[in-house]
Amino acid sequence: MPDQRPSQSPVLQLDQLVRTHGSGATEVHALRGINLSVFPGELVAVMGPSGSGKSTLLTLAGGLDTPTSGRVIVEGTDITAVGRKQLAAMRRRSIGYVFQDYNLIPALTAAENVALPRELDGISARKARVSALAALEEMGLRQLADRFPDEMSGGQQQRVAIARALVGDRRLVLADEPTGALDSETGESVLALLRSRCDAGAAGVLVTHEPRFAAWADRVVFLRDGSVVDETLRSHADSLLSGRAAGQ
Amino acid sequence: MSIRHGLLALLERGPRYGSQLRTEFESRTGSTWPLNVGQVYTTLARLERDGLVAPGGEDAAGHTLYVITDTGSAELRQWYERPVDRANPPRDELSIKLAMAVGSPGVDIRAVIQSQRHATIRAMQDYTRLKAQALTAVESGDAHERDDVAWLLVLEQLIFQTEAEARWLDHCEARLVRLSLPADRRAAAPRPSPAAEPVNPPAATAAPGSSRTDPATTTTTTPPSSARARRG
Repeated sequence: MPDQRPSQSPVLQLDQLVRTHGSGATEVHALRGINLSVFPGELVAVMGPSGSGKSTLLTLAGGLDTPTSGRVIVEGTDITAVGRKQLAAMRRRSIGYVFQDYNLIPALTAAENVALPRELDGISARKARVSALAALEEMGLRQLADRFPDEMSGGQQQRVAIARALVGDRRLVLADEPTGALDSETGESVLALLRSRCDAGAAGVLVTHEPRFAAWADRVVFLRDGSVVDETLRSHADSLLSGRAAGQ
Repeated sequence: MSIRHGLLALLERGPRYGSQLRTEFESRTGSTWPLNVGQVYTTLARLERDGLVAPGGEDAAGHTLYVITDTGSAELRQWYERPVDRANPPRDELSIKLAMAVGSPGVDIRAVIQSQRHATIRAMQDYTRLKAQALTAVESGDAHERDDVAWLLVLEQLIFQTEAEARWLDHCEARLVRLSLPADRRAAAPRPSPAAEPVNPPAATAAPGSSRTDPATTTTTTPPSSARARRG
């Protein structure tokens, strides 16, 4: 994996990750030895046809599933080697997850939703609210703080979900088809927010089948049948057009 | 690409000289279709011959100015009203390449597709980065705002176009996988797959591992993956 920022250590590192479902005749290889590092400031998109292993990769990276073999290292800790309690703590403190259907808690306001992971982590309700409001403010969502999910549009809910994913010290956001339920214009604003959070230092992994959304990433990784078959790096955008001009 | 109508549209805003037209054309389209000054003057000469523009004196610095005529304005109006002709689709190298690759002995068509997908997505990443910059410029709303909006529209067109290509490539691959079983039975003896070279957008390395092809088959190998568990 090309290391663009050798001076920094990765926020997420997948090391020889294998996930096999079933055994014997019904054995299915969902992932066959994936290596991937995601650095601070980087947004990586994972693309591939249905069944290629995209979502499996994300659930393993988020500690929602256990690999058959290999390691998932988040902020320097191998989450496959820790106990359930510590894994739960890692998920509260270090891993933000964004789902296609937002998964905000309907009975809580935006600010309360964003504060929740901090509160669960034992931080006082008042402090958690302060950091939640700070996260919302930073993402231009302050005006949504006291709204309930059903008082927000889909795009607003998803932006609040991104705020929740990155509240406090969390800087890893795993997004599984975050634009799947949104129209293209709104989907774009969600991607723009994700992009700007990564530009501000977060590390993001985006699973999507939409090329237009994947194009916001620094790197696009192509999966097929559980293996990485290819990946793109972002070239210098400005050289593209001058290159075209020279060719014409 | 219609330079004629592009120049008429700029002259509709007032008299201009040759290199000024070139600069304005390029700032609206972000130099996506660069013009040289020679093309501009040749086009102006033809427009003048056809009575669509006329010489309009000189500016203070001595540049020869052109003005649009009434006939020119009428032609421009018609251009805006008339849809772009889609009756004769432009020749598309990628379509031709895939059409030729289907069933060609010794060509791993999935490698051809992946190689192009890599190049296409990478071009989209570049366009998207430029678009994010253009959006910032439009939102900051300085003196060149109108040019920035024009450039944004051109960029978005490029993004939609590359997106269509990427989606079509996904579709081709899925289609070929579905059709691969009967095709494999008919397949001839294996041959090594030549390095796939993507069309137009900047160079891309051939997909490592995309030639993960079973040596016993050619073109579209890999069994259908419908049995695979889980989403994604």
